Amino acid sequence: MSAVAVPITATRPRRGLNLTYLKVELRRLLRNRRTVIFTLVMPPVFFLLFGTVDSYKTDSVGHANVTAWIMISMALYGAILATTSGGASVSIERAQGWTRQLRLTPLSPVTYVATKVISAMVLGLGAVVVTAAVGIPAGADGDMARIAESLVLAWVGSSVFAAFGLFMGYLLPAENVMQILGPVLALLSFAGGLFMPLGDGVFATIAKFVPTYGLAQIVRAPVTDDGVSIWAFVNVIAWGAVFVAGAAWRFRRDTARV
Amino acid sequence: MTTDLLDPSPTGTLALDLRGLRKSFGTVRAVDGLDLAVRPGEVVAFLGPNGAGKTTTIDMLLGLADPDEGTVNVLGLEPGAAIAAGRVSAVMQSGGLLKDLTVRETVELTASFFAGSRPASEVLQRAGIADIADRRVGKCSGGQQQRLRFALALLPDPDLIVLDEPTTGMDVEGRRDFWNALRADAARGRTILFATHYLEEADAYADRIVMVSHGRIVADGSAAQVKSLTSGRVVSASFDEPIDEAALRALPGVLDVEVRRERLIVRTTDSDAVARHLLTATDATDLEIAARGLEDAFIALTTDRSDTATATTTTTTTEKSRA
Repeated sequence: MSAVAVPITATRPRRGLNLTYLKVELRRLLRNRRTVIFTLVMPPVFFLLFGTVDSYKTDSVGHANVTAWIMISMALYGAILATTSGGASVSIERAQGWTRQLRLTPLSPVTYVATKVISAMVLGLGAVVVTAAVGIPAGADGDMARIAESLVLAWVGSSVFAAFGLFMGYLLPAENVMQILGPVLALLSFAGGLFMPLGDGVFATIAKFVPTYGLAQIVRAPVTDDGVSIWAFVNVIAWGAVFVAGAAWRFRRDTARV
Repeated sequence: MTTDLLDPSPTGTLALDLRGLRKSFGTVRAVDGLDLAVRPGEVVAFLGPNGAGKTTTIDMLLGLADPDEGTVNVLGLEPGAAIAAGRVSAVMQSGGLLKDLTVRETVELTASFFAGSRPASEVLQRAGIADIADRRVGKCSGGQQQRLRFALALLPDPDLIVLDEPTTGMDVEGRRDFWNALRADAARGRTILFATHYLEEADAYADRIVMVSHGRIVADGSAAQVKSLTSGRVVSASFDEPIDEAALRALPGVLDVEVRRERLIVRTTDSDAVARHLLTATDATDLEIAARGLEDAFIALTTDRSDTATATTTTTTTEKSRA
């Protein structure tokens, strides 16, 4: 027994943010080609496809042109993709036993969640910045302070979709869940009026029930004169509640063996 | 014997002390009154068939599950505290790795979770995966992933390493490499508890074998002691006239005499003596002598508990020192 002469190092749990972990998480995001394409490439590409019609550059939505309106929508779309994939990766990592592995280390669960949130928000910020960097030179114009306000709202508001990602991550097969969620979110964004103005037809009515609709209305409020309808808030709160409840339901179901 | 003042555990503290553990899932009793004490430096095999309660017990001793009843003490600490202090670590059966990271990134990341970790290069070396450090985890074989889990478990330089069926799904070569790495580490005096359902692994790598069945311990002893439960041979024969069982029992080496449907079954360490007696002093016919393997004992001990009470007496490990 006396042969055990290993020096005893005082191993104490590390509190606060772990920068190594954050760096690794960001590297993982950038290494995932699908995530990069969906969040950083598709929003500006969609903007160029849908938002740069000549008439959009001259038509106003109140405090900005339609091109700016679409740029903001695309930025929101990109940020939503970022937070959704962030949320989904948490449930996938749970399913793959990574969070269980973390429980065998001193890393605190708070640090884990904070790291995931920060990395998803950094990616979301990337989507907003890239879209704006493409959009403003390409003709998005208007009251720049209001446009900036909308872009910040898009970035912050997208966090609602982290719960959506968490829920979907539990429901869908683990590998490449974004392969499914990417197109689904594109469809939801299209139906929710993110890609082009909806007008007053039947699509506008349907849109009111689509999860992206309420958030889009709120995010674009600074540049429009319309104000925000009560339905936008009802939409965000109701869908937010559905996502949180769904994620909590799945979360509780698999906690038994975590 | 040196007592390190920084060491919070008094000399003589058990590496592991489980008392009266019980855990049910619905109506299934996974662990049903399990007691186990492991001394520092022991290499213990936790042997039992699937569903014996091995993984549930390991989950409880790592604090991943709470027992319904009983207490868990790891190095004199609560499981959570032992893990937070880096004094116990585990190699789980599967999962727990991020496939998109490289081996080295995984080790370096995990090292950052501990305040006093061994260098990444050292644990990669000791787990025998330094040569694949730059490979993506998803591209590693099952055996390589398992050695990576082992490398991660080495990071905090723990006093106790717990392994849950570490070689499940590995090929022969992977299994051998894994055990070589583990054995080299055990030689340094670390306490090791591993669950397995491979008898040969328990026999080859453990100093002590604890057999579990239906959530309870059915045999506990040194590998040699458990093997002695299973050594010897079975002599069987048919007979017409009743055979004097007392005379058989009096023969040297006879462990057990039993009659099953016109067939006499004698467990003995001296089959020659029994055979000679049966063929010369009785009218027994159709004599057979068969070796009893560990496999037989394992099946006998772990399938039917009412049998085991008579088949074995639970043995306890003798004090042993690992220098």
